[in-house]
Amino acid sequence: MSEASHLDNDQPLLVADGLAKNYGQLAACRDISFSLYPGEVLAIVGESGSGKSTLLQLLSAQLAPSAGRVSYRMRDGVLRDLAVLGEAERRFLFRTDWGFVHQDPAQGLRMGVSAGANVGERLMAVGWNHYGKIRDSASTWLERVEIDVGRIDDAPKTYSGGMRQRLQIARNLVTEPRLVFMDEPTGGLDVSVQARLLDLMRNLVSELGLAAIVVTHDLAVARLLSHRVMVMKGGRVIETGLTDQVLDDPREPYTQLLVSSILPP
Amino acid sequence: MTAMIELANAEKTFTMHLQGGVELPVVRGVSFHVEPGECVVLSGPSGAGKSSILKMIFGNYRCDSGRIGIRHHGAVIDLATAEPRQVLSIRRSTIGYVSQFLRAVPRVATIDVVAEPLIVNGVAREEARTRAGHLLRRLNIPERLWTLPPSTFSGGEQQRVNIARGFISDLPILLLDEPTASLDAANRAVVVELIAEKKTKGVAMVAIVHDDEIRHLIADRIVDVTSFAAAA
Repeated sequence: MSEASHLDNDQPLLVADGLAKNYGQLAACRDISFSLYPGEVLAIVGESGSGKSTLLQLLSAQLAPSAGRVSYRMRDGVLRDLAVLGEAERRFLFRTDWGFVHQDPAQGLRMGVSAGANVGERLMAVGWNHYGKIRDSASTWLERVEIDVGRIDDAPKTYSGGMRQRLQIARNLVTEPRLVFMDEPTGGLDVSVQARLLDLMRNLVSELGLAAIVVTHDLAVARLLSHRVMVMKGGRVIETGLTDQVLDDPREPYTQLLVSSILPP
Repeated sequence: MTAMIELANAEKTFTMHLQGGVELPVVRGVSFHVEPGECVVLSGPSGAGKSSILKMIFGNYRCDSGRIGIRHHGAVIDLATAEPRQVLSIRRSTIGYVSQFLRAVPRVATIDVVAEPLIVNGVAREEARTRAGHLLRRLNIPERLWTLPPSTFSGGEQQRVNIARGFISDLPILLLDEPTASLDAANRAVVVELIAEKKTKGVAMVAIVHDDEIRHLIADRIVDVTSFAAAA
């Protein structure tokens, strides 16, 4: 499928409407509304405590909002409120149609079992039962994320940080999800490893026509990966637009501060 | 309208919040149009707002007021108010931008950097690479460099890769920001030829060029940007 066919798709995949989350007196997220389209990569940027991680949890149904709702277009084409999904539908989303790439690969992988099993597990969860086919698919995915297939029987605890993160991506993408959530996917990696990972993610996202929501405090990550960016501060979205527009022509004082704080390359 | 680009009273001011909210007016009342097959050159001294106008036409800088009409898939879309998704669609299939600097993607081979705009528009990879090689050869990039990422190239070589990437497409609008800035005479002549070929194909172009000789060779019309100077 071409990138064009995805971006020209007119029906939103995910719709946030008036989302808010309060922790007691603290408003972690306030009045957030937007639509995400198939094949679109949205970056949520802001500093620690701006509410971006809370927002990601609300969007991925890991946290219930205090107000507002998140709707998702299921594969039957119907937009459904995540709060009222049945258990089978939730399972389908978490195991198949969504991916979630955590900053810490240990949260997204099973560190003690082999790389092949880590990738194969998601396939078995959706009913694959032919060992040879599962192993073939796992091998193919290791290759796609540039992990030596000779390491397929090794556990990720023996992998480097960059390899673990690539394995986590393979595990998420093997079921051909339509939407991937990423929480600081390059955080904690060496700069050289980050560049390779970003390049890999950028290619996979465009080849597979994935939609993605990427939380990052790193504007370079937003620039390289995303089409659109939302800047958060104090639980609110203070500026939003095309990524290059927001980064090259920031309007809000806080966005200007963020952009001006980047060291020149 | 038959024009590919039609600006009417476009205006841009930067508000510098980190400098106490200083208002920096850039341009005001920008009005001109570009027909198919025509190359309009923006003239004016450094700082007059030429690059800002080009960036507004690309949707990279936001337009504070006025209108930037772009003919896209047969209809006119106002870039000043377009949704991000529309702007992306316009950039994919209508407007190309050739800047002075290559924003190199790490690790991607030169030939693929050049072929990419064709591939995203559905051209088969092999054909796209053949056309990319043809352009790289015309721009005197030796074949042994094609499989290397351009990040290691000299400034002039990177600029030629960027030109190849910009000119490979069949987009009906091209924006050229000093495409010949650091090129030698032979390569400047190639760029002039490429621009002439685009004209015969009906491509509408807006260019910034400082070299008087090049301007004379490519310009069908000159728009003096100083008349759009925004009085502070």
